Amino acid sequence: MAGKNLFNKVWDAHSVRELPNGQTQLFIGLHLIHEVTSPQAFEMLREMGLSVRFPSRTFATVDHIIPTDDQKRPFADPIAEEMMIHLENNCREAGIALFDTSSGRQGIVHVIGPELGLTQPGMTLACGDSHTSSHGAYGSIAFGIGTSQVRDVLATQTLAMGRLKVRKVDVAGKLGRGVYAKDVTLDIIRRTGAKGGVGFAYEYAGSVVESFSMEERLTLCNMSIEGGARVGYVNPDEITYNDLKGKAYAPSGAAFGRALSWWNNVKSDSDAEYDDIVEIQGSEIEPTVTWGINPGQAVGINQPIPRTSDLPDAERAGHQEAVAFMDVRTGEPIAGTKIDVAFIGSCTNSRISDLREAARIAQTGHVASHVRALVVPGSQAVQKQAELEGLPEIFQSAGFEWREPGCSMCLAMNTDRLKGREICASSSNRNFKGRQGSPTGRTLLMSPAMVAAAAIRGNVVDVREVI
Amino acid sequence: MSERKIGTASGRACVLRGNDIDTDRIIPARYLMCVTFEGLGEFAFEDDRKEAKGNHALDDERFNGAKILVVESNFGCGSSREHAPQALMRHGFTAFIGVSFGEIFSGNCTANGLICARLSPEDVTKLMESVELDPTQEITVDVESKTVSSKAGTMKAEIPEGVRNQLLEGTWHATGVLLDASAQIEATARQLPYVNTFVEISD
Repeated sequence: MAGKNLFNKVWDAHSVRELPNGQTQLFIGLHLIHEVTSPQAFEMLREMGLSVRFPSRTFATVDHIIPTDDQKRPFADPIAEEMMIHLENNCREAGIALFDTSSGRQGIVHVIGPELGLTQPGMTLACGDSHTSSHGAYGSIAFGIGTSQVRDVLATQTLAMGRLKVRKVDVAGKLGRGVYAKDVTLDIIRRTGAKGGVGFAYEYAGSVVESFSMEERLTLCNMSIEGGARVGYVNPDEITYNDLKGKAYAPSGAAFGRALSWWNNVKSDSDAEYDDIVEIQGSEIEPTVTWGINPGQAVGINQPIPRTSDLPDAERAGHQEAVAFMDVRTGEPIAGTKIDVAFIGSCTNSRISDLREAARIAQTGHVASHVRALVVPGSQAVQKQAELEGLPEIFQSAGFEWREPGCSMCLAMNTDRLKGREICASSSNRNFKGRQGSPTGRTLLMSPAMVAAAAIRGNVVDVREVI
Repeated sequence: MSERKIGTASGRACVLRGNDIDTDRIIPARYLMCVTFEGLGEFAFEDDRKEAKGNHALDDERFNGAKILVVESNFGCGSSREHAPQALMRHGFTAFIGVSFGEIFSGNCTANGLICARLSPEDVTKLMESVELDPTQEITVDVESKTVSSKAGTMKAEIPEGVRNQLLEGTWHATGVLLDASAQIEATARQLPYVNTFVEISD
């Protein structure tokens, strides 16, 4: 009999029952909430006269709306303050732990979960945020949910879900110099398209993924949803276990040993079956940049932006729309494109290793005079570590602004926004129209090292020329 | 806590062309600055509509009063914001017909009793052309028979079986059904070692 993959093992272990409609009632081991997608869920609970079933299995933080310049209360934006108050009241009433700015543990929800050791192998994990797939880096089955489902998890700690198919994405060989986890995920999405993963959970494997640090795995799993896959995960290994040791919410002492045997058991069997397998050679991946309005519209730094006439009929209208919106020249490389703003941050790339790499490049020069550049650490812990290492001074003396932790210009729900038609080199995850706060603003997604290099040159540049 | 059973959606349709229309476009993030979904309807596609200067499908008089939105592929990809289907629902839509949908978006639709029906690309093209030729015609999405009927004929639609049952049974508001399994939820939690901080595992 063929073996099982991690997805199906974890799914089966968390299956409460098969529902009459054919779906699975799935137990959610860890529930993370934030201020934007939870207030309506708590309100629905109140209307139904229900309370939170397992308050100790939900944790909250504030990230989307928080200002990154001045986080003193009350927040300058009265609506942001109102949302914060709702979160505080809801957590207090329900007995849910809230990591606010006074806790020293606040940050982007997908940064703090792993940081605190809340995210562990073999769990199911849900959060009202599509980038919840990040947590799959630890070998958990983690996915984004809507607000009605947040309500369901609060009320029952379960969800009604249909089982996903599993695609193994094998990245073999080695990456070249100046090629990062961000380039791997952009390359995968470029190949499979923005909808190629719909209906699938991705199991990332292969020697490139196995050699990745936990932070690199988080970047990789984070963008699964940009390729349509709601779930992305990596089988846990020694790198995972070493990372978890000593973290605040990770098991310790004898419990850690018992945890190890459970974690090892949930790994995919060596003869596990998959619904699909995609193989990619790591050595073929270049520093990759998006040129369009969905993350699948990306090219290697030295490759030409495709011409509309080279594409199948079904893709031409979308391609033309993207070319017109972005005002890019097809048939030419993205390298050399002048930028106005550089943003280093977001749940994709705001961890300490990202900032170290960007700082290494920031040290080589100064932000171009026409560029506004900001660095937003993913959490208070990242901020503190960066301060210990002297990174803020490096960034600031190179002309970057050093900010307080939050989601910031990834989705521009605070005052960090593009203006007009500005072009932003961004380490975030979405290049959708209007995503960074200006309806006509433009986003070029790339690795944090590439963003730092672009900030200094004033235009998009192959980071391999700089490092 | 059973909700109304949803067997069909009928009404005039609106044709919205384009692949990969993400939820940021359906409702820009600035409208997520709220603690209730009320009032979101008027902001659906706000930036796209401004960019189109009156030429957006939602501003096309031919489609006034449409209950059904016909889209292309990967509609509702991106952000998990339930504000997106909430805005479209409050704008008046009760069903979406397209080649494919973002997974979280379609789940959010089900949770609000909205139908997402998938057709083949060829059938979506035919349906769009038919609606544009005669926008006054009534389109019907039948959940039971999984079909879409219009002047272009009756087309075979795809709706995942579990979702179809939720709509037909009126269990799309899942909380009540999930609560029924109270004892089984406790039992599952007891069997998961991490829920019990790994104290109960014996090697």
